[in-house]
Formats: sequence, C-alpha cells, structure tokens
Amino acid sequence: MTLWVAVVVAALVAFALKLAGYLVPESALSHPRARRVTAAIPVAMLAALVATQTFGGPQGTLVVDARLAAVGVAVVALLLRAPFLLVVVLGAATAAALRALGWG
Amino acid sequence: MNRSERSERSERSAQGCEVRPVEDSAEAPAPRLGDDHQPGPLDPGERRLVLRQGLSVALATGAYGVSVGALSVTAGLSVWQACVLSLVMFTGGSHFAFVGIIGSGGVAAAPAAIAASSMLGVRNGLYGLELRRVLRVHGWRRAAAAHLTIDESTAVSVTQGDPRASRLGFWVTGVGVFVLWNLATLLGALVGDAFGDPRTYGLDAAACAAFTALLWPRLRDRETVAIAVVGAVIAVVLLPALPAGIPVVLAALAALIAGRRR
Repeated sequence: MTLWVAVVVAALVAFALKLAGYLVPESALSHPRARRVTAAIPVAMLAALVATQTFGGPQGTLVVDARLAAVGVAVVALLLRAPFLLVVVLGAATAAALRALGWG
Repeated sequence: MNRSERSERSERSAQGCEVRPVEDSAEAPAPRLGDDHQPGPLDPGERRLVLRQGLSVALATGAYGVSVGALSVTAGLSVWQACVLSLVMFTGGSHFAFVGIIGSGGVAAAPAAIAASSMLGVRNGLYGLELRRVLRVHGWRRAAAAHLTIDESTAVSVTQGDPRASRLGFWVTGVGVFVLWNLATLLGALVGDAFGDPRTYGLDAAACAAFTALLWPRLRDRETVAIAVVGAVIAVVLLPALPAGIPVVLAALAALIAGRRR
C-alpha cells in the first residue's frame, strides 16, 4: 500500500462515517425514546471528550496536569457567569502559566 | 449591553427554552431542536453571541492546524498529502492519530493508521444522528453538513437553546474551522512548527475549557448532568484499556439514560 492510497482511504472512511449518521433511515430514529436517546448522545460524548482531553496522557495513560487546573478555573469562571471567550482565554492562560512555571 | 449581560441573557434563554430534547414527553411531540417554532430572524444579541462562540472555537482549533501540518510532514507525508487529509478527512483527532502512526511505523503501518483514524472518526457519525434533525438538510447540503460534522461544530450547535441559533452555530463553526484548519495545515506543512508546541500556549486546555463552557448552560437538570457525568466516567475508565477513540464512542451509551421509560 502506498502512502497516497492510505491517505485517500483513511480520508474517505472518515467522510463515510460522518455521512452514515445522516443516512440512517428516519424511521429508525422516529420513536420518541430513540429521539430522546439520540438527542442526548452529543452531551454524553462531548462530556467524555472533555474528560479524555483533560486526563488523557500518552499511550492511554491517565494524568493530572495543568489541563485539570485549567478546567477548574474555567468552571469557577462559569459559576461567576463569565462570558464564553473569557472562560476559554482563562483556561488557556492557566495552563500556559503553569507550564511556564514548570508544572504539567 | 455588555458581554456578561449578554451571556447571562443567553443562559436565561437557554434555560427558559424548554425545548430540550431530553425533556420530550413520549406522547406529545414537544417542540425541540430542529423544529423551528420561532419564526423570524434570530435576535441580534443572540446572533452575535453564537457568532462569537463559533469564531473563537474556530480560531483556537485552527491554531492546531499548524501543528498537524508540521507533524504530517515530519511523519513523512508530502505537503499535498497533509493537505488532502485536512481537506477530505477533516477531523483533527483522526488526522493526528494517522500521522502519528505513519511517523513511527512508516508505510508498513498504514493499515494500523487507517484503523486508528477510523475509530476516532466513528463519533462524528453518532453526532450526525442528532444534527440531521437540527439542520434538516438534503442533497448536496447534507453532504456538506456531514463533512463539517466534527466535535466543535456539534458542540456549538447542540448547546444552543434556539433551533435557529443551533443551525447558525453549526455552519459558522464548521465553515470557520474548515477554512482556518486547512490554511493552517498548509502553513504548518510548508514552514514547520514555526510557533512551537500549541501546549505552550495552553491551546489544549483552551479546547477543554471551550467544550466545558459550551456544555455548561445545558447542565441544568439532573438527567442531563447524569448523562454528562456517566459519559465522562465511562470514557475515563475505559481510556487505559481501549484503543483511542473507542472510549468516547462507548460513552454515548450514557445517552440511554434519556431513553428510560417515563
């Protein structure tokens, strides 16, 4: 397999996976319970994404580092009703500052 | 109106808007994301808020494109191959995984690289199950929407309280990330990692903070909180045991909480 073939196959599989969600027959998702479940899927997966992006280390390890502090600061900012952009900037600044100080 | 007032107002509107799908009753087809019950254009304040969210997410994500472009070339891909991955694959986690494996194993590792990038791509398909109802697109727009279905566009879209804001958020974020991500990939592939490790600037933490902030207004009722917490716990517990991408996909099982009999 040449690298080009691998690049094209991997890219097309990624697109096909995205498209698959849009091509599932409407009837399969129309039951009220199915609708509630599919509506809740993004929340479940995005929360999972935050968790894995916060704790995920190299090769599937779990680590506590500057990212957890950043999420902590973000949560405090959200509790204080800070606007979205400020929350994001505070998260980045927290991690950057801690790393500049040599932690995480 | 200052920023915090506007943000508060949007939170209130998200809160007051009882259209959240998880609250649908089984009998009456309650209004929900995707059913456009409010005619007319989006309130300008709300609109600005969604635009600001989408564009800041696009900027933070786009900055990673430099890194993925540089890593791709370091891993042995040509500039064109790096760009094709960004244009056609267009899902960052998969792109990073693909070039990471090619970088350590060469072309011989191509099947493993395709498998890894594909496992990380499965979650986009699951996002589509809900986004198709929010976006209500057909024909070429459906293909375009599918292509732009990634973590960032999904997060900005599904966390809005108003269906018009959800659609606007999806397209602004998706197109914004697409443009910046691809320009940045080309830049990174051409000049290398000129800006150094994105972690130095806390960009990885910015992504965590942004997703947290987007989810925040939705965490108002016990059921949604339970779904989020169970999803996060599933993923973290499975993270050390399973290949990358699979824990987050299995976290979708937490959504079954919303399907219990009521």
